[in-house]
Amino acid sequence: MKRLIFLVPVVLFAALIAVFAHGLTQDPSRIPSVMIDRPLPTFELAGLDGKPGFASSDVAGEPHLLNLFASWCAACPQEHPMLFQIAASGVPVFGIDWKDDPAAAAKWLAQLGNPYRRIAADPTARTGIDLGVTGVPETFVVDKHGRIRYKQTGPITAADWSGTLQPMLAKLRSEA
Amino acid sequence: MGLWATPTLAVLPSEQLKDPALEARARAVSAGLRCVVCQNQSIDDSDAPLAHDLRVLVRERIVAGDTDAQATQYLVDRYGHYVLLKPPFETATWLLWLGPALVLAGGAGGIVLWLRRRPTAVPALAADEEAEVARLLGDNR
Repeated sequence: MKRLIFLVPVVLFAALIAVFAHGLTQDPSRIPSVMIDRPLPTFELAGLDGKPGFASSDVAGEPHLLNLFASWCAACPQEHPMLFQIAASGVPVFGIDWKDDPAAAAKWLAQLGNPYRRIAADPTARTGIDLGVTGVPETFVVDKHGRIRYKQTGPITAADWSGTLQPMLAKLRSEA
Repeated sequence: MGLWATPTLAVLPSEQLKDPALEARARAVSAGLRCVVCQNQSIDDSDAPLAHDLRVLVRERIVAGDTDAQATQYLVDRYGHYVLLKPPFETATWLLWLGPALVLAGGAGGIVLWLRRRPTAVPALAADEEAEVARLLGDNR
């Protein structure tokens, strides 16, 4: 029994290896958002091409998605068809054109189509920073009280939509 | 003179504040804030566009009268403690901060126990053992 004490370092080492092995499976680029369950930051932004933009107070009332995109963003065209599908399913998708030239964004949307209910231009990036955005695309699930409930970093895939976002929105819609 | 000493300065001349005291504070605050895009650089070191925006934001806050702590908190409110290159002492990080001290204390405790358990005094020889030693050594003793 006393001999077994020599196993203690071996066991500790094995535990350390297990912790490190678990760490290797984690994605270090995933940054936890502190915005979850907080109200949307206050903003009031102009639209693109002289169209009306929107303010943070305009989007409450119904659960929706708030999607940040940019014409310079490489992953955004990949996500674009999903946004059309989501909008077609009846979920309002609001867009914020982040850190972008509004003219370039208008051209980009003319080419790819516009799935957004409203678009707000954020050329100074300040609204994005208020949302804790690190890049585009990022998408927030906002409930009808205007509170942020979830943040998706990176393009929305079909699996993200059917597995996470759609069930969450369905639940938010049924909330009193 | 200082130009050649800092050839890779990320802070652009256009970003810098005219007041050297405020600029020095902005540099110090920026050096403690993580560039959220590049992760292992501070916003003071990074050329990323978002780091530029955050540097400008820090300078705006300082010019607006924020203390260094308030300017830092402004970004912590948006990006969480993650933006701090030096993590604060809290529930999630106590092991990180105290870990080395705990390991050291554990090792020291182990050594103390080992030293205590080790027999210190050699027991005196019994009479028959003394006789045996005398016989083996003979007259050389």
